[in-house]
Amino acid sequence: MRDVAVVAFAEAPNVRRTDGTTNGVEMLVPIFREAFTQAGIGKADIGFWCSGSSDYLAGRAFSFVSAVDAIGAFPPVMESHVEMDGAFALYEAWVKVLTGEADVALAYGFGKSSAGELPRVLALQLDPYVQAPLWPDSVSIAALQARLGLDQGLWTERAMAEVAVRSRAAASSNSRAQLSGSVSTDELLAAPFVADPLRAHDCAPVTDGAAVVIIAASDRARELCARPAWITGFEHRIDSGTLGARDLTRAPSATTAAAAAGVPGGRGVDVAELHAPFTHQELILRAALGLPDSARISPSGGALAGNPMFAAGLARIGHAARQIHTGAAGRALAHATSGPALQQNLVCVLEAR
Amino acid sequence: MTHGSTAHRAAVLGTGQTHHRSKRPDVSIAGLCREAVDRALADAGLVLADIDAVVVGKAPDLFEGVMMPELYLADALGATGKPLLRVHTAGSVGGATGIVAANLIQAGLHRRVLAVAFEKQSESNAMWALSIMPPFAMPLLAGAGGYFAPHVRSYIRRSGSPAYIGALVAVKDRRNGARNPYAHLRQPDITLESVQASPMLWDPVRYDETCPSSDGACAVVIGDQAAAQASSRPVAWIRATSMRTEPTMFSGKDHVNPRAGADAAAALWTKAGISRPIDEVDVAEIYVPFSWFEPMWLENLGFAPPGGGWKLTEAGETEIGGLIPVNPSGGVLCSNPIGASGLLRFAESAMQVMGVAGEHQVPGARTALGHAYGGGSQYFSMWVVASTPD
Repeated sequence: MRDVAVVAFAEAPNVRRTDGTTNGVEMLVPIFREAFTQAGIGKADIGFWCSGSSDYLAGRAFSFVSAVDAIGAFPPVMESHVEMDGAFALYEAWVKVLTGEADVALAYGFGKSSAGELPRVLALQLDPYVQAPLWPDSVSIAALQARLGLDQGLWTERAMAEVAVRSRAAASSNSRAQLSGSVSTDELLAAPFVADPLRAHDCAPVTDGAAVVIIAASDRARELCARPAWITGFEHRIDSGTLGARDLTRAPSATTAAAAAGVPGGRGVDVAELHAPFTHQELILRAALGLPDSARISPSGGALAGNPMFAAGLARIGHAARQIHTGAAGRALAHATSGPALQQNLVCVLEAR
Repeated sequence: MTHGSTAHRAAVLGTGQTHHRSKRPDVSIAGLCREAVDRALADAGLVLADIDAVVVGKAPDLFEGVMMPELYLADALGATGKPLLRVHTAGSVGGATGIVAANLIQAGLHRRVLAVAFEKQSESNAMWALSIMPPFAMPLLAGAGGYFAPHVRSYIRRSGSPAYIGALVAVKDRRNGARNPYAHLRQPDITLESVQASPMLWDPVRYDETCPSSDGACAVVIGDQAAAQASSRPVAWIRATSMRTEPTMFSGKDHVNPRAGADAAAALWTKAGISRPIDEVDVAEIYVPFSWFEPMWLENLGFAPPGGGWKLTEAGETEIGGLIPVNPSGGVLCSNPIGASGLLRFAESAMQVMGVAGEHQVPGARTALGHAYGGGSQYFSMWVVASTPD
């Protein structure tokens, strides 16, 4: 199998609302330039492109088609698209590099969440015959999940608030974060419920944004990056889409993916970037991944500091790679999720050499 | 960009499809997909437990009104606990789904992968889902026909083609479809005169020269060399795959003979070691949603020089028994479950070299092309399959 590494990462500012179009071009063009500058390459060096986005977020068919305009795709390019987070686009790009059909590949994800009512839009991810017609929004489903864990004594509202406190403090060093700063747990717990037992700090903000990651194979990676973040494990799994058919306090697909990626029980992980759009979901993920107490969690602030739909998972991989690039970590775990209540989970393990 | 030297061999182990109809109210979306999956697994002599990963493809989610339906479909597709990917590359998505599944094998990650593509158009209204107003771009107007008709007129003007070529394609494909038990439209008695008497929809495209709106699904099981050798049934070896994309609109865009399609084909033939496609390919399943795209794509793919595609059609060379039989299954003109249409082309090409195409089998087919395109003639995906690995 070919050695492949993350060599560059850039993300757009995470903001509540952009004035740009839903096809992401205005957010993508500057960050493509930023990533190319990091790697010292141009678009002609990219052998394969892959994007992740959602037509439903944009509110119209084929939103990714116009996103191709950000590439300047003429002469024509080898390109694909997943209707998933950009982290899964990176997975497809990694597969393409493994086949030998490309040496350098670029994955991007974008989402203008502000274009609609996000929690209501996400209700359409449920079974279209028996669940979606009831319009259970994404915050309410997460609240049911949080309530199950509280009632079983798996976590407390205070532990959830502590996740938010840590996230916002960590995000203070992330210039692209949407929410950051110093807050106290008591302050947060004094706030009213948004959807009992969730308060505003328990829910990721609604975010417009985009992210881009460039990967390269073996010697090419060494040319493009002083300290490449080598991908030593890349796995994803999915659980049932039927909410009543699974234990919502667990994330078995995350556990399986981590084990398959070579980090069972979080073995040897210095830092983990987790895509947890709700505070209690970080607690579920830490248990599912078995992360050691020594592991630093989401130094970027994570999704609670900015959650651009279809880009936030890819951004986690980018931030984890940055930990390797800067020498801050030797082994990093990046996680991305998709679907209601942590249904689908991806784990990417990055290492220095 | 590079060579394919690190790639593992991959082969189609089995294919399955639904009976395509304008409305399949007898099944849910999950039931529709499962019908194709069960047939593909039976064809391969496998069960769901033999599958390592699932790749799902479909066109825009607005066609059914379900956001990322693969999330809800995980149980029905046997994907729970496994890796599941969802591909969406516009109309070419069925082809891209097959290629991503093949890549998972070629990368050495899995032994057997299931590719599933579907569209249940009756759940929504595809024409209006496509009648969108993209920012800073020309709107698609009322559906795909209105978008593509000017390109067809341009082809006729450039190539000097006689006006009846499109009708000839329709007659051939609908008669071929009558030999395919799964086809949506099966019209053994269609004639040139009846096609030419059908209503004009988007000049010069008549009603009978247009694809139907279909509910349908297709599934393909792809395996590695060991899985192929372990199979007691004939397999179709994947010799080469190719994908290319270009923008919808730009100065210099050639909608009649798009560069992305020509580049994808050139790369495909090189990888497959084919220097004269017309002589070396035995049968082609090409994405022809409107009749005139047969001669247009014959040229874009390199089966004929520019302006020469219609001559192959006129001479009957694209019929079963001709020099390059095109769409013996009846093609998209007979069944168009949009997201599945590309994978159907890929599956039908595999069926031909496996020798299992039944009434629409091209005798002695050993090398076949599967082709799909999408968007504003800007996404292209294609593969070459053969009865032997090299």
